[in-house]
Amino acid sequence: MIQRSLTLFGGLFVLILLMGGVMGAPFTSSRLVEAAAYALIALGLNIQWGYGGLFNFGIMGFLMVGGAAVTFISYPVNPVFWGSEGPAMLGRALLAFAGGALIVLAARKADRIGIAGKWKAALTVLAWFIAYVLYRSQLDPAAAYIESAAGGGWVGGLGGHPILGWVFGGVLAAGIAYVVGKICLGLRTDYLAIATIGISEIIRALIKNMDWLTRGTLTVSPIPWPTPLPQQLQAGGMSIADSLLTARAIYLLLAIVVLGVVLWLISRAYAGPWGRMMRAIRDNHIAATSMGKNVTARQLEIFVFGSVLMGIGGAMLVSFVQIFDPSSYQPINHTFLIWVMVIVGGAGNNWGALFGAVLLWLIWVVSEPLSKAVFDFVSTWSTQFGWGAIPEIEARSAQMRVFVLGLVITIALRFAPKGLIPEVVKRES
Amino acid sequence: MTELIFFTNQVIISGLVLGCIYALGAIGITLIFGILRFAHFAHSELMTGGAFIAFLLASLFAAWGIVTPIPTGFVVLPIAMVLAAILALGIDKGFYAPLRKRGAKPVTLLIASIGVTLMIQGLIRLFFGAGSYSFFETEPKEVFRFDMTAIGSTRPLVITEPQVLMILVTFVSVLALHFFLTRSRLGKAMRAMADNADLAQVSGINTTLVVRVTWIIAGALGCMAGTMLALDVTLKPDLAFNIILPIFAAAIVGGLGQAYGAIAGGLLIGFAETLAVFNWTMLLRPLNAILPDWMQLPPTLALVPTEYKLTVAFVILVVTLLVRPTGIFKGASS
Repeated sequence: MIQRSLTLFGGLFVLILLMGGVMGAPFTSSRLVEAAAYALIALGLNIQWGYGGLFNFGIMGFLMVGGAAVTFISYPVNPVFWGSEGPAMLGRALLAFAGGALIVLAARKADRIGIAGKWKAALTVLAWFIAYVLYRSQLDPAAAYIESAAGGGWVGGLGGHPILGWVFGGVLAAGIAYVVGKICLGLRTDYLAIATIGISEIIRALIKNMDWLTRGTLTVSPIPWPTPLPQQLQAGGMSIADSLLTARAIYLLLAIVVLGVVLWLISRAYAGPWGRMMRAIRDNHIAATSMGKNVTARQLEIFVFGSVLMGIGGAMLVSFVQIFDPSSYQPINHTFLIWVMVIVGGAGNNWGALFGAVLLWLIWVVSEPLSKAVFDFVSTWSTQFGWGAIPEIEARSAQMRVFVLGLVITIALRFAPKGLIPEVVKRES
Repeated sequence: MTELIFFTNQVIISGLVLGCIYALGAIGITLIFGILRFAHFAHSELMTGGAFIAFLLASLFAAWGIVTPIPTGFVVLPIAMVLAAILALGIDKGFYAPLRKRGAKPVTLLIASIGVTLMIQGLIRLFFGAGSYSFFETEPKEVFRFDMTAIGSTRPLVITEPQVLMILVTFVSVLALHFFLTRSRLGKAMRAMADNADLAQVSGINTTLVVRVTWIIAGALGCMAGTMLALDVTLKPDLAFNIILPIFAAAIVGGLGQAYGAIAGGLLIGFAETLAVFNWTMLLRPLNAILPDWMQLPPTLALVPTEYKLTVAFVILVVTLLVRPTGIFKGASS
């Protein structure tokens, strides 16, 4: 097993060197930083799916939450907003939200005063409606005012350190995962998958359309780096090419440190009694219940832990590319890709998830230039034969990576269903 | 009356059209779930693929100079449905059947269906690019305007020819499906297998055949839904990928495994989406004359802003899963 892992990681290393030689060091270094962030996200999914058997298809939502969080914390302060009526109006909207929540909670307790059955259900629906109208009546004018020139366009950031933003991304993702988990975790696998996709789509719609908070489709940039930017290094007298590489190397180092700490922690957790309990729940939750384990609470726990890593990973990605663009988030790129990473790598094995993440990210990014090269080759060949060139090569090769991703996952499911570095099942005898 | 006609145009007709499309898609999903016990995500690609098959056939017809009285999209629909059914059978044979034979869990099949989604989506984009196409490039899209001055409306009742045909075709195929499921031997076998697969097998039902028929129905109806959607709006590679979740919502709201539930769920989701974004001021404007000044209606009074239209389906989905996971018609429980 160890030999197999070493061979695979060695092959991956050779692949990275090869890519650096062909595509150039600046390109490869950027992709490696992204691969580290994706590895963190894949570890998050590995906790949820590999350890706990939870079917989270809402990864995109958690990545967006992480991205929005780091944008909010680390982007410079917007003085126009803070000097305007905006904060007071938002405060009122928050009060309306709290008031609405109180009304709903009160309606849910209606049986205490003798209203039960259908009347209680009707009252609850009415309470939800009133709460919604109350909240909208305060939020809509606030949003319209903030989005106008007088309100500063949007809320802006807090000007904090990006690392704080990463932490906040994790915390926010944890909060949302707690709510989502409370709602969905009682559901069976397929239902859980559909419910989490639905919730991630709701999160995407909210972040995309709440222009006052996230600037929506207008996008936010430039978001600061936690490490020195290439421009700062250039100001220190470094050449442009060197500064690019050095800056990315420092960022990569930071990402690897985070990744290493996380990997160490979750591997310890896997080997310990906690991990054993989680695997017991995953493999047979009925037996685990009968042994006195609180399955729902444990699953909620693991769902929150995994989502924290996804939130942090999403924040790292946004910090690195320096732009938060809600419309760039797609279920294919941000949910299915992660699933393929974990399944191809080996669900339940952290090294497998790590390997899958880096490998798949590299495949994902090189499949476009690679297919362009293939198309170019075929095109010149077919032109020589008088069949004419392939039209729109650029656009077509951009679509090929989706096909390649689908091909990889179907082949993996067929021939290596446990992944390239499968989980090691220890048997005590 | 103008307001009422406006309401009919905006809510009843478009809700019905959307509901029909959702229902046709949801029937396939619900049947596959009932028989094979997994959530088939690649259903969206059966729909889009079917629509592209119909589009190619329609282009062929146009190239041959065949002119039909009704939109060509509807004329080629039966042929396209047969081809889509073959495609569905091929996908099952190539990707799902080997996994089933190995005894893979439903979860593995679900992930495989996502792989199939990605592959077909990639292929469609490879051949057709990312742009959008229209069935009505060579022929006009006929729009019927019924004059409603007789009942005191200044606006006409507007419905397009594809929409009329779409509602008719959906009605006919749902009726046909109903008779197939309740009257024919094979249909009864399908329902038996959806109820209890093991019991069906030991009582001598040919389960392989039932699985095959399920794929044929799902592929054909998916192609119908996709083509209709493309006829109503435009044809693009992510045509059905964007609405697969509302379709799942429809299937779950109706009760997974229940064909009738899928129809009810589809119509419910369709109407809920159009009603939620409908601007109620348009209907209630006459009230402004009798309401006091401080209660005048605002210019827009929709339950949710238009950009959240698709979100309505997800909210209904989540609420259903919470309150009544078996759906309206008591489908498979979660």
